[in-house]
Amino acid sequence: MAEDLTRVLTEKFPSGLEVHSNAPGDEVIAVGGAVLLEVMSWLKEGPLEYTMLLDLTCLDERPLGRGLTMVYHLLSLRRNHRLRVKVFLAAESPAVSSLAGLWKNANWLEREAYDMFGVAFAGHPDLRRILMYEGFEGFPLRKDYPLRKRQPRLKERVPDA
Amino acid sequence: MKGAFITTRFEHVLGWARKYSLFQYPFITACCGIEYMSTACAHYDLDRFGAGLTRFSPRQADMLLVVGTITHKLAPVLKTVYDQMTEPKWVIAFGTCAVSGGIYNNYSVVQGADRIIPVDIYIPGCPPRPETVLDGLIKLQEKIQNGRPEWRWLKT
Repeated sequence: MAEDLTRVLTEKFPSGLEVHSNAPGDEVIAVGGAVLLEVMSWLKEGPLEYTMLLDLTCLDERPLGRGLTMVYHLLSLRRNHRLRVKVFLAAESPAVSSLAGLWKNANWLEREAYDMFGVAFAGHPDLRRILMYEGFEGFPLRKDYPLRKRQPRLKERVPDA
Repeated sequence: MKGAFITTRFEHVLGWARKYSLFQYPFITACCGIEYMSTACAHYDLDRFGAGLTRFSPRQADMLLVVGTITHKLAPVLKTVYDQMTEPKWVIAFGTCAVSGGIYNNYSVVQGADRIIPVDIYIPGCPPRPETVLDGLIKLQEKIQNGRPEWRWLKT
């Protein structure tokens, strides 16, 4: 199935898609941001039936010489098969199209990725912070967020001796 | 016993009454809550020490149990709960996170509940065993009994 899967994918999308891992059960593909929506809606509604978006997250890979990387975990319930999809984003002002129209849970997951990494999701219906509070500045899981930076909401008292 | 009498001090009676009628408000945010539950339930039985009545309104409580991690996002809530409690009131920091932030020294976690509100007793442990909690409670009772009332509400 593994070879079939990647062969089917590369035939369907000859450009803008590359296979990163062929290991059975651990297939990883990378797609260009421009075709992400097209690829994902085909994966969901096409014959492969990846009906479930398990998770969506972001990696700050700038220390490795890349930009930010989006990672999507898909599951086909009927075929009991998983697929990981990566999108490499620019280091400066990372942006990618939103999948909230395809999977409802992408709405909150993308808000989390925005909150922690500052990825701008184009077409997201309600892109605002989900975990951090109003007034929090910066994106705390980025590698360039200062390790010791604190943004308390209250003025902290000095503990008694 | 006709004609018998005892002598005591007002503050002693007051402390004795207070230390055995601690109404608690459990402010539970994390895994320490499991240890709180086992301490409060029949096996370890917090009620033996007169602290069995859990109040879910801070206005009716006089012991605030800060159980678990306090994040910066949550800090104003904890402050509000503390401010809503009527005097006299005591605070127990339950578990390493409430004592010092524990293993979490990062952008989101307050480094100890005492950065937000005054704390009377610190119970260490990740999470603390119920025996440790009971020991902390007994130490708080000693503090209530022996410490002079602070009359914090008169000082403001």
